[in-house]
Amino acid sequence: MAAGPMVKAEAVYKSFGRLEVLRGIDLEVAPREVMCVIGPSGSGKSTFLRCINHLEKIDAGRLYVDGELVGYTQRGDRLYELPDREVCRKRSEIGMVFQRFNLFPHMTALENVIEAPLHVKGEGRSAAAERGRKLLERVGLAEKMDAYPNQLSGGQQQRVAIARALAMQPKLMLFDEPTSALDPELVGEVLDVMRGLAADGMTMIVVTHEMGFAREAGDTLVFMDGGVIVEAGKPRDVLANPSHERTRLFLSKVL
Amino acid sequence: MTEIASGPSSSQGGRRPEAIKAVPVRHRWRWVSAALVLLFAFGAIYTVATAPLLRWQTFSEYLFQGLIFDGIRLTLVLTVAAMVIGIVLGIVLAVMRLSPNPVMSALAWFYIWFFRGTPVLVQIFFWFNLAIILPYVGVGGFRVSTNLLITAVMAAIFGLGFNEAAYMAEIVRAGIISVEHGQTEAAQALGMTRLQVMRRIVLPQAMRVIIPPTGNETISMLKTTSLAFVASVPELFTRADQIGNFNFRYVELLFVASFWYLLMTSVLTVGQYYLERYFARGAARELPPTPFQRFRRLLFTYRMPLPAAEPAVPVTSEHR
Ligand SMILES: Nc1ncnc2c1ncn2[C@@H]1O[C@H](COP(=O)(O)OP(=O)(O)OP(=O)(O)O)[C@@H](O)[C@H]1O
Ligand SMILES: [Mg+2]
Repeated sequence: MAAGPMVKAEAVYKSFGRLEVLRGIDLEVAPREVMCVIGPSGSGKSTFLRCINHLEKIDAGRLYVDGELVGYTQRGDRLYELPDREVCRKRSEIGMVFQRFNLFPHMTALENVIEAPLHVKGEGRSAAAERGRKLLERVGLAEKMDAYPNQLSGGQQQRVAIARALAMQPKLMLFDEPTSALDPELVGEVLDVMRGLAADGMTMIVVTHEMGFAREAGDTLVFMDGGVIVEAGKPRDVLANPSHERTRLFLSKVL
Repeated sequence: MTEIASGPSSSQGGRRPEAIKAVPVRHRWRWVSAALVLLFAFGAIYTVATAPLLRWQTFSEYLFQGLIFDGIRLTLVLTVAAMVIGIVLGIVLAVMRLSPNPVMSALAWFYIWFFRGTPVLVQIFFWFNLAIILPYVGVGGFRVSTNLLITAVMAAIFGLGFNEAAYMAEIVRAGIISVEHGQTEAAQALGMTRLQVMRRIVLPQAMRVIIPPTGNETISMLKTTSLAFVASVPELFTRADQIGNFNFRYVELLFVASFWYLLMTSVLTVGQYYLERYFARGAARELPPTPFQRFRRLLFTYRMPLPAAEPAVPVTSEHR
């Protein structure tokens, strides 16, 4: 599956009750690609990310990760829901980073990082801890291994959260506004880690309002509004001369 | 525009001002009311303690008596067994109640409704007298006499434990709900199963909310075991009652029982404190000090001199 896209969405629809949040999303993310997603609040960015690792079920359309349907298998022209165990296994191959970090507060930084390798992958404790330490070093937190989340700054917490996701050696990383809850002076340290990841060839979908990051680290920039993709292209092009009025309007507000 | 005081402020360059020593406000009525209440309390205790027909000697004679100790042991067994049933079944019920499966949720609701809605005393009696309507229980060819299976002690444990489970279920459910949904989401995103999320992520955090009321439940259970009296289970209260009826020193034996109940609940209170402290890790930046640590700190700070400009003992360059 070397050549196929890492993520492929075909006319993805999703509603919450009567509210249609995604109204036909089509997109492809190639391996090693960094796709940034921008758009006004409520446009369905988070919902789309959550559909990719099946935290939400889509109502219509097809969503593939690494060539396989998300949440279903297809035999003939029939879809069969995957059993929970399979859903979990597939989720474990996709890392997710949240706006509010969502670290486990009753565990130290290192315990947070090795939790899933130990209990989902079934790795040995010493091997997992060894790798966990390396990861925390990589995100610049060698000194904070034994700190509890509430003893860390927001930026440090988010870096632990990134290390926690990386510990599962994901083939795809989803970031949902990873810097939006941070004080301005802490944004940089998190973006640096993400830039490093991008440079190492991680496939990433990043919902963000950091246009600087999108411009430098992003391969593609997608603008979503009202549950559809209004515009997609090279970040520089989209940012410099958006071809849609809605994009222009949005950018004029955030830039 | 407000002017910022020009020049270096006096506290920066100059000396630290003298520590404030003020005459405290006098709370005269506080003292008077406290004295009155104290007087009243002592009066009441004194009256009972020196009641003309009360024999303290009997109290001390029976305080460490073997039968009483047997009773204590059984009280503890009942408490532990009933609480284990209550907690384990309570967790199961709470998880069922929050399950997306409507049958599970309805069953749990029904259980809680039923066992919380009938008196424990009635439930203990029910188990104790089950044999009247159901002399044998069994599956297929295997049958046992109900009386053999449900002894008096078992009847008490079932009655107390199943009733407790209904209360524990609500306590556990409140704890589970108190854990932020983002925790579940993050755990699921890592690939954890529903059961793993519950066991590894949600329940440990729910503990902080669950422990205090569970401590209260345990303390309450310790005393409620005395209801086993109705099934003639020879626990602490039953023993005291029997001895008191036998030697006509009933009140003294009530005092003996009360002494041991008080001692045991006190021990549990201390245990609860340390358990809460353990589960607070990660919730507070620093763990609250244990009473022992607090006591030491109190001594230490009282001996400490006010922050002095110079160390009290002149530092000599002993080691060059
Ligand atoms: N679980 C849910 N139940 C009902 N409505 C939901 C749910 N999740 C999201 N929504 C609604 O779906 C819409 C899109 O939400 P979503 O979180 O995807 O937007 P977003 O683009 O991420 O916005 P933001 O920039 O504010 O994070 C919103 O109107 C939101 O209220
Ligand atoms: Mg969002």
